[in-house]
Amino acid sequence: MSALQPTSSALFDCRDAFAATLDRVAERDDRVVIVVNDSIGSSKLGAFRKRWPERTVNVGIAEQNMVGVGSGLANGGKIPFVSAASCFLTARALEQIKADVAYTNANVKLVGQSPGVGYGELGPTHHSIEDYAWLRLLPNLAIVVPSDPWETAEAVEAAAAHEGPVFLRITRFGVPKLPRREDARFAIGKAETLREGTDVAVVACGVMVTRALEAADRLAAGGVSARVVNMASIAPLDEAAIQAAADLGAIVTVEEHSVRGGLGGAVAEIVAGYRPCPIRILGFPGFMPTGSPKFLFERFGLTAEGIETAARQAIAMRAA
Amino acid sequence: MHSEGEQPNRAELVAKIRARASAIRKDALKMVFEARQGHPGGDMSVTDILAALYVGVLRVDPKAPRAPGRDRLILSKGHASGALYATLAEAGFLPIEALSTYMKPLSMLNGHPNRNYVPGVEANTGPLGHGLPIAVGVALAGKMDRADYRVFVITGDGELQEGSNWEAAMAAGHHKLANLVLVIDRNTLQQGARVAETNDLEPLADKFRAFGWHVVDVDGHDPDALLDAFAPSDSRAKPLCVIAHTVKGKGVSFMEDQVGWHHGVPTQPQLDQAMEELSRT
Repeated sequence: MSALQPTSSALFDCRDAFAATLDRVAERDDRVVIVVNDSIGSSKLGAFRKRWPERTVNVGIAEQNMVGVGSGLANGGKIPFVSAASCFLTARALEQIKADVAYTNANVKLVGQSPGVGYGELGPTHHSIEDYAWLRLLPNLAIVVPSDPWETAEAVEAAAAHEGPVFLRITRFGVPKLPRREDARFAIGKAETLREGTDVAVVACGVMVTRALEAADRLAAGGVSARVVNMASIAPLDEAAIQAAADLGAIVTVEEHSVRGGLGGAVAEIVAGYRPCPIRILGFPGFMPTGSPKFLFERFGLTAEGIETAARQAIAMRAA
Repeated sequence: MHSEGEQPNRAELVAKIRARASAIRKDALKMVFEARQGHPGGDMSVTDILAALYVGVLRVDPKAPRAPGRDRLILSKGHASGALYATLAEAGFLPIEALSTYMKPLSMLNGHPNRNYVPGVEANTGPLGHGLPIAVGVALAGKMDRADYRVFVITGDGELQEGSNWEAAMAAGHHKLANLVLVIDRNTLQQGARVAETNDLEPLADKFRAFGWHVVDVDGHDPDALLDAFAPSDSRAKPLCVIAHTVKGKGVSFMEDQVGWHHGVPTQPQLDQAMEELSRT
């Protein structure tokens, strides 16, 4: 068993870490409030509402107003965590996010819940595989896609401490706690190298990081040394880490997101202007067919096997 | 915190508002003339509302534009930036000379206001239907803190066709935001035509009443009536909607009630005529 294996096989719902950490943050800073669109349950904020009803704003099913209210609360000195299903938060209220949050540079924390294909069989209307593609175009807005409960908790703390707008993408899909050194620290804008390697770099975020680590194990068994980079911070982007990946000459990106405009696109933008090399971009190609998250991950190669294959392809392209 | 409007004499206050409004109109028209662009029709219709608020109502301090306990004024119809900047300059938030940079390259006076550039601006408006939700958020923050500041938001009337306003109107009524005042600049014209011909708002007062608001109709060019409408009330546990009946292009004869002056730039003779007319008011 290498150090790369998850510390246990138990799977965690990152919303629990989100809610527990927000509770701690709210306890020590009474400026912290929540704004929801009838999304208390799906955000796991029932305990927060019970403890702090006067710091809970439920605007009902009204996302444009929800984000505008968040901006106004920030104007009034609050630190609002605006928490809703990522698909509705980021698409329905995109202009409010652009003008009232990002352009205003308001101290608003947007929390996109159940992103990616977390809603599985409910289909493309409820999937959010476009969210950080359109959000990463917006200046001022930090975007964090945590990979596990530890990083989720760190990201909530970092978002509360960060003066300015942040988008947190919190998965409901079960993930293991990733193996990390005791002194591991999360910082907005910093990539995390979870495994060193010399033949290929696998750059992943969110729920795909654990699969990237599994893929590196498989590659190692075949004599291929893969670096695994956790790019939880989509914006600002750790350009140095991406350039270091390009120095290996072969890159695979993997994300629970569209293959267009997401992490893969962001990495390609940096690599193209630095040292072009083959990049295999793994993600979802379009509107998803009916299926559970697990089914959809397997169907579209978002698995350890899929990442391993893509890594071998990228290395072969470099050699060719 | 101070208000410019602590004069005991109402007649003096009204005279001061009228004089301030005349100065704002002249400033704004010169800005549009020099910038060769802008929205003079809406600048002129909203001016008396802004003058009444900044001279006689708002507790704001140009020396402390972000003081936590200040009253807030959010101009949701951000295209009336000429009137807003002139108002803020006349109130001491920025130098009068800065107005000549309106929409010039790298000016802090963008065509739509930015609170990070201009002291006294509360919200980065421009796309319509954004101000009222933001105002609801500020009012909720004030209510949470049991603060005594009030939140004013000015929308256009055509702007109320945006659905986000009605989400916010519902929330304001639900939360009984008595610290919130919506002022509708009811000039009855939108960019392309009459509001009534485009997508009618009537019965507008009834709509807001149905959403849980207290509604008053006033002449939006009468400082006395505006001061009465904006007076705080301890007995009213509802948000206040002031439908301010205005004339687009007010104060400039050839602009008044003309849809073509939504945007539009006066010629030099037109500017001269406008200045002459505004000096008479």
